Amino acid sequence: MAMGQGAAPASAGARKDGSAEEIARQVWQSRWLYVFLLPTVILYSAYTIWPIVASIRYSLLDWNGFDSDGVFIGLANYSELASDPQFWNAFGNTLMFLVLAVPLRVGLALVLAVALNDPRLPFVRVMRTALFLPVVTTGAIVGVVMRFVLDPTGGPINVALLDSGLLERPVNFLGQASLALYSAVAIWVWKWLGVTLIYWLAALQTIPKDLYEAASIDGAGHVEQFRYVTVPLLVPFLIIITLLTAVEATNVFDLLLTLTGGGPFYATEVIDIFVYRQAFAANIPRLGYASAAALFFGACIVLLAALQMAVRWQLRRRAGEAR
Amino acid sequence: MMASERKTIRLRWGTLLIAALLALLCLLWVYPFLWLLSASLKEPLEIFSKGLNLIPDKAQWENYARAWSTAGFAQYMLNTILVTAGTVLLVVLHCALSGYVLGRYDFYGRRLIIGILGATFVIPAGMTIIPIVDLTQDLGLLSSRWGIILALAGSGQAAGILLYAGYFQRIPKELEEAAVIDGASFFTVFFKIMLPLAGPVTATVSVLTFLFAWNSFLIPLVFTFGSPELRTLAVGMLAFVGTNETDWPGMAAAATLSLLPVVILFFFAQRYLVEGFAGAVKS
Repeated sequence: MAMGQGAAPASAGARKDGSAEEIARQVWQSRWLYVFLLPTVILYSAYTIWPIVASIRYSLLDWNGFDSDGVFIGLANYSELASDPQFWNAFGNTLMFLVLAVPLRVGLALVLAVALNDPRLPFVRVMRTALFLPVVTTGAIVGVVMRFVLDPTGGPINVALLDSGLLERPVNFLGQASLALYSAVAIWVWKWLGVTLIYWLAALQTIPKDLYEAASIDGAGHVEQFRYVTVPLLVPFLIIITLLTAVEATNVFDLLLTLTGGGPFYATEVIDIFVYRQAFAANIPRLGYASAAALFFGACIVLLAALQMAVRWQLRRRAGEAR
Repeated sequence: MMASERKTIRLRWGTLLIAALLALLCLLWVYPFLWLLSASLKEPLEIFSKGLNLIPDKAQWENYARAWSTAGFAQYMLNTILVTAGTVLLVVLHCALSGYVLGRYDFYGRRLIIGILGATFVIPAGMTIIPIVDLTQDLGLLSSRWGIILALAGSGQAAGILLYAGYFQRIPKELEEAAVIDGASFFTVFFKIMLPLAGPVTATVSVLTFLFAWNSFLIPLVFTFGSPELRTLAVGMLAFVGTNETDWPGMAAAATLSLLPVVILFFFAQRYLVEGFAGAVKS
């Protein structure tokens, strides 16, 4: 999010004059600005910032949610997490989602974007619309519908595979523990590919056309043009698109809860479902334990994002030096 | 001469091949929805016996009647519409107000607010749900549509704020200076001049928020555990198949009803939607 540079017209006047009285005067002068910010600040504090702070406290409690408050147990929730195979199973499944589904989505979308960016291709708009259609649909409903579409006894996918002779026996895409996570990844890629496609198309449009013309005058064919013009210019976009896609890959709760409920035998249980199960779907809710799991995972994501920022910064610096 | 001619012909064949492959892929992308529509109009046994034939013998509209009234989707639809409308209004209002201030003015705390918006962008939604439920319960809003609306409008709206801020930043300063000379107040300038100018952003933010609210699941799910009459379509769908596992046409009709509004919106507002998503990358 690159806004923030280029300070806007300063209604508060010159700022560098630090006396408390001066600050108070400037704040009073721009009081309307703060009034305008109030709704966002209240909503954001209540539903984003406070929950993060509260999670830290909850994660140190043994709390079932029925009592008004829990018992302080220090870091016991975290040490229990460390040795809970179900938590690591969920962590691993989320990780699988990240390392499998994200590159698949980013890569496939890039190939499609390059193909759809070709002005000689007919019906580009129709195709783009078709690929984008699943994006707007409700994840929870798609999850339910896909249960039926992939059903081994009457679902159209199995019917098609059996009718065409590709298969002799129906495949239980979602009911077989070894297959369910891959099926879920495939459905997730199917559902969200259109967004990544739009990202890539926007990125491709930033490349000036004359660069291709210059390259083709220099004798570069299509493959060379892609290799030496398109790819280098897309690298900065690759990083931001991968980050955006990875953030989305950590929010698969609605699709997976309705598709498999985390089953069979926890084979598709991702972190969100683990947290949900501990906090809301258990006979005795464990809010503290669930908070610890959520917080630990959130910290991992923030770390990942920070890492990507560092990489981006490094790249930009190197590009600056090369110039 | 010959060689270049052959090359154009080969290119054309290549393009055709790519077009055919893409068409096939698009069919795969749309097929589940066609199947859904077809199943919603078939008889239960017909879905199995007719295999891949999508045309029903005779349109069974009573599947829709069953989903709409017996299964309670009329109520779920009303809840979803109210929750979505409330969320869109609230999000547009608070994002426009704060985006205007953040994009156009410099003041104490501006950098802090932008920093917090950026830093919380990656926080997974599942991470904050427990305190959100707790807070809503303390406010006495857990079993009410307002509780859902506030929670949806309050979580993860950084994109809308930044869209407004970016747009307001680019509007020339002279515009409001002229209005201020004419004696317009800060309030009037915003509501009479700036907000109407930001129409395209309002459209984009509204469409994105509409989708976000209509498709939301976790918050409506945990907020309506104790009050099934407040379920949204997404939550109602899960409850429906939980108790009617074998009613395939009923499921298909209910799902079609639930998805129809977003799909219609998508066809009319595709431009704003695509702009909204593309904006995330361009900035």
